[in-house]
Amino acid sequence: MNATPGFPHSQATPSLLRPQAAPGFLYFQATKTLHTASGRQLLDVGFQLKKGSLLALYGPSGAGKTTILRILAGLTDADTGYIKMNDETWLDTGHLSPPSRPTRLPTQSRSIGFVFQDFALFPHLTVRQQLEFALPKKADRQVIDELLEMMELQELQHRKPTLLSGGQQQRTALARAIARRPALLLLDEPLSAGDDMRLQLQDFVRKAHRFYELTTILVSHYLPEIFRLSDEVIVLENGKIQKQGPAPQVFLEEKISSKFRTTGEIVDIQPADIVYVVSILSGNSIVKVIATATERTGLHVGQKVMIASKAFNPIILPMT
Amino acid sequence: MIDWQPLWLSLRLALLTTAILLLLGIPLAWWLAARRRAWKALVEATVSLPMVLPPSVLGFYLLLAFNPSTGLGRLLDHWLNIRLVFTFPGLVVASVIYSLPFMVNPLLAGFRHLPPDLHEASRTLGKSDWTTLIHILLPNLRAALITGAVLSFAHTIGEFGVVMMIGGSIPGVTRVASVAIYDEVQSTHYPEANHYALALLALSFSILLLVYLINHRHNRSPL
Repeated sequence: MNATPGFPHSQATPSLLRPQAAPGFLYFQATKTLHTASGRQLLDVGFQLKKGSLLALYGPSGAGKTTILRILAGLTDADTGYIKMNDETWLDTGHLSPPSRPTRLPTQSRSIGFVFQDFALFPHLTVRQQLEFALPKKADRQVIDELLEMMELQELQHRKPTLLSGGQQQRTALARAIARRPALLLLDEPLSAGDDMRLQLQDFVRKAHRFYELTTILVSHYLPEIFRLSDEVIVLENGKIQKQGPAPQVFLEEKISSKFRTTGEIVDIQPADIVYVVSILSGNSIVKVIATATERTGLHVGQKVMIASKAFNPIILPMT
Repeated sequence: MIDWQPLWLSLRLALLTTAILLLLGIPLAWWLAARRRAWKALVEATVSLPMVLPPSVLGFYLLLAFNPSTGLGRLLDHWLNIRLVFTFPGLVVASVIYSLPFMVNPLLAGFRHLPPDLHEASRTLGKSDWTTLIHILLPNLRAALITGAVLSFAHTIGEFGVVMMIGGSIPGVTRVASVAIYDEVQSTHYPEANHYALALLALSFSILLLVYLINHRHNRSPL
């Protein structure tokens, strides 16, 4: 998703040039007035995404992350916008030059899979029936069993959503979104996901993303997830792109020439003689790192941190 | 010997009215629920009007409207050869209008109660609005559909004022059970009146009992 010269990033002037369409890319450019808790604000975002990559949208709530997904899906109308997926124009409000006839492909005709914040599972259908409903009429039904197996849902396939845990519901929603084999997978951040659930789901998202050769956009405010999954991250603030690039580059101000780095969350800080032992949960394992009293002052339990190690001493860098 | 015709007529009227109201009420409620617009309040108020209006008022204006020598009634008579005053089809039309809120309001509440992302999720799966309505929305509105159908049916069985105004009391044509009771009492035939009254009482009670039994089972089993 490298920035292409000439492709607009965050202005919505009428003189914007319509990007040269190259196959294998998603182009997105949209403006929309948002009505947030803190008043009106203009969402004005443009980016392009290479086929097969995974983009994370990061930012405070109300920054416009979900709105971007909804505009991509055609569930929300942009004030002005241009969306092109591969060779297909999904949206063209006719504000770019040279002028063209406005186009708006309905949601049903866009090759997307959407995982909603609260999953939006159909209450009256079993796990298997949700996938069967999602499948186009002439599609190969084999994909259903394939997805049930991949998401580890075979045992639960005849259950209705009320009898599933949060994580199981999310996997069902993910499987359902993929069943029609979309080109673009849109994942909105689940409202009610604990850390365990997130950790587990990350593997499923990665597996599906690779296996079905999806282009994926993920809304997330959870840094470890972004570091682990994304190829690129866009940091949104007040409807504008603040930063853009690979996660380590975006989130680490100074470049660290480290041998090893990982991210995690501080779960415990204990004094030991003149130093402190900081326990950091990274993935499924606890890493213990020594911190001096000065280093310790900036750290607290629950903080997201990056651990980087040079030849000898590991260092802890706060990320939030 | 008791004449079963009025009861049979009531039953036929109620069944027909309920069937028409289902076909009419589902799209109307769906449309009303789809997007809130200020002017839709006007439609909602019109639909609900029969709930608060005395049946005689509704009956009176329908009688005027259907009058074959003026306005709408004349158009119907002239172009379609349909007469709605003192006829069974007239009763059906009046009943549909009279019971409309009893079908539309439960359905409207049902549609509004559904999470909006059910419809959106179905759209992202490439499904048309029609497929979504049939396969996703209506199956999740079972309770509202049952309530709407039963209330419309029971309300039509129990109507008197509108039927009286628009249909009169023509045996075998417009003389439904509730009107028959009134006629029998007028003629001091209390035992005959009691037959009809008892039959309506038993019918109404059975219907309501059935609904509550269904709802009871429905609520116990996970959806």
